[in-house]
Amino acid sequence: MSTVSPLLAVDSLVRHFRIGGGKLFARPAVVRAVDGVSFTVGPSETLGLVGESGCGKTTVGRLVLGLDQPTHGCVTLGAQPLNDLAPAAWRALRRDAQMVFQDPLGALDPRMPVGRQIAEPLEIHGITGGGERAERAREMLAAVGLSPDLAARYPHELSGGQQQRVVIARALILKPRFVVCDEPVSALDVSVQAQVVNLLARMQREFQVAYLFISHDLKIVRHISHRVAVMYLGQIVESAPREELFERPLHPYTQALIAAVPVPDPTVKRKRLVLHGEPPSPVHPPPGCRFHTRCPLAEVRCRSEAPVLRTVASGHQVSCHLVTGPGASEPEITRCSS
Amino acid sequence: MTQAPSSGLADPVASAVRSRFRHRYPPLVLASAALIAAVLIVSLAAELLAPYHYTTQDLANRLRPPAFLGGPALYWLGTDELGRDIVSRLIYATRFSVVIAILGTAIGAAIGTLLGFIAAHFRGFVEEAIMMLVDAQASLPFLLLALAVLAFFGNNLTLFILILGINGWENYARLTRGMVLSANTQGYAVAVRALGASPFMIYSRHILPNIASVLIVQFTLNFPQTILLETSMSFLGFGIQPPLTSLGQMLGAGRAHLLSAWWIAVLPGTVIFLTTLSISIVGDWLRDRFDPTLRNR
Repeated sequence: MSTVSPLLAVDSLVRHFRIGGGKLFARPAVVRAVDGVSFTVGPSETLGLVGESGCGKTTVGRLVLGLDQPTHGCVTLGAQPLNDLAPAAWRALRRDAQMVFQDPLGALDPRMPVGRQIAEPLEIHGITGGGERAERAREMLAAVGLSPDLAARYPHELSGGQQQRVVIARALILKPRFVVCDEPVSALDVSVQAQVVNLLARMQREFQVAYLFISHDLKIVRHISHRVAVMYLGQIVESAPREELFERPLHPYTQALIAAVPVPDPTVKRKRLVLHGEPPSPVHPPPGCRFHTRCPLAEVRCRSEAPVLRTVASGHQVSCHLVTGPGASEPEITRCSS
Repeated sequence: MTQAPSSGLADPVASAVRSRFRHRYPPLVLASAALIAAVLIVSLAAELLAPYHYTTQDLANRLRPPAFLGGPALYWLGTDELGRDIVSRLIYATRFSVVIAILGTAIGAAIGTLLGFIAAHFRGFVEEAIMMLVDAQASLPFLLLALAVLAFFGNNLTLFILILGINGWENYARLTRGMVLSANTQGYAVAVRALGASPFMIYSRHILPNIASVLIVQFTLNFPQTILLETSMSFLGFGIQPPLTSLGQMLGAGRAHLLSAWWIAVLPGTVIFLTTLSISIVGDWLRDRFDPTLRNR
């Protein structure tokens, strides 16, 4: 799904965190959590953002919603650049951009009935009166597949799946155009995950909302996304339409991620590309290509020269020296696997 | 289904309701609440309940023991060294002490909580300044400071109450700052901020109710302290001035006669003890009630 005019545009986003500045004589170290990330999300589109834990994908989500300020780079929602927006303007903008959190119980106020919490966005933005708000909250409960009678319950009285449905109802009650879903199902039981993902997909059709879907679970990302971007150590290494990415992954890291997804068929023989070691520290990212320390295909050039994200096919971008030109073939993975 | 034995036992529904009531309102809490209510009613209706005015003297009947220990039936809890009725003085003293302690504690709680929120919200220089004040307050011998202020400015009731209020604010400020800092990073605060709520709304509607239980417990801990501070200062002669009276002032004045007429000191002491204990018990129970995750146990 190519973007006509993007709803959300993120350009060269950088977020560095200083750490260890408190000690005497210690030079503060800098964690490069997000280091030059650009992408776009079209209206009613889902962009899946995948990567290992610690690669900066959650920070990207927070930056996009202004819950954290970028060190450099800019975010544009609709035609509105979000940098240096006054706090009040940010708050008004929240009508259009919402968030679904990883831990639904933590995201709900333990001392407020869920019905009031669902209605709270209406109250915050001064929409309709008290009685109608409660009615809208009950409608939203029904829309996310819960009984409206649950409105009087407290969050801890609901199951994890119900809690996440409440969070989704609260995020969608203002009919936003864009929602960041930060690992929305990873805290849930596997049996409930599919229901919640399907609910998100149904809500997208009903409310015409675009998602930035952050997850480390490739199966779920493949299920819900239109396009997928893969992050490694604060940078996007590959992005492509869903089928293209899963059928023809070009970056060795993407290939390794996809190869690691279990296939429920013991007879299938797969080329396994196994990554060794931990991701390097984002305090001292390796020079050159950041993946070269774990890449089975790394060459001399990869150690010194950082690759840039290049378009190799329609909508398919990859940052790897070994992928050459439009219509490039996969890097020869057979070279290192027997 | 078996028939409940008709003799002696009430029907099962009523007994279930009663056991739930007992579970929800333990007898000790009910007794404490009743005592607090009694103290409040006595304070409010002092004029109606007291047989005499608290300054009325009967010099012929000085230091008389309570009626049940052989004193005159006229003064059923005895008289003090000026022949004033202990019952009447207790009733008025309770009123003064309760009003002063409530005002003092509430002032401290309000100032401390507000400063705690301000410190946690603005961080940086504001936070440093407030926390330095907290440390200064905590490291000063407050009684000496209060005595110095009263000696310098002269004793009056408003100033006395303000001084009681200043005592203890630092506990609320420290508690509130810490809890707000931690609550600010918690999921629900982040979530409500992401919904577009203003900081004031987040603090007043979400964070304050979530930390209120701790502040209420602090209030119930602080309240006896305020009464005791009032006692100490009145005892030293810098608090409530005669002819006004308070539980602390009665206790201090009665100390001189402890061997010969113990009732003058012991009776106000008992009222102080029972009142503060009841408030602590009810405060503890309230804390549990405020936490919905404990409510259905």
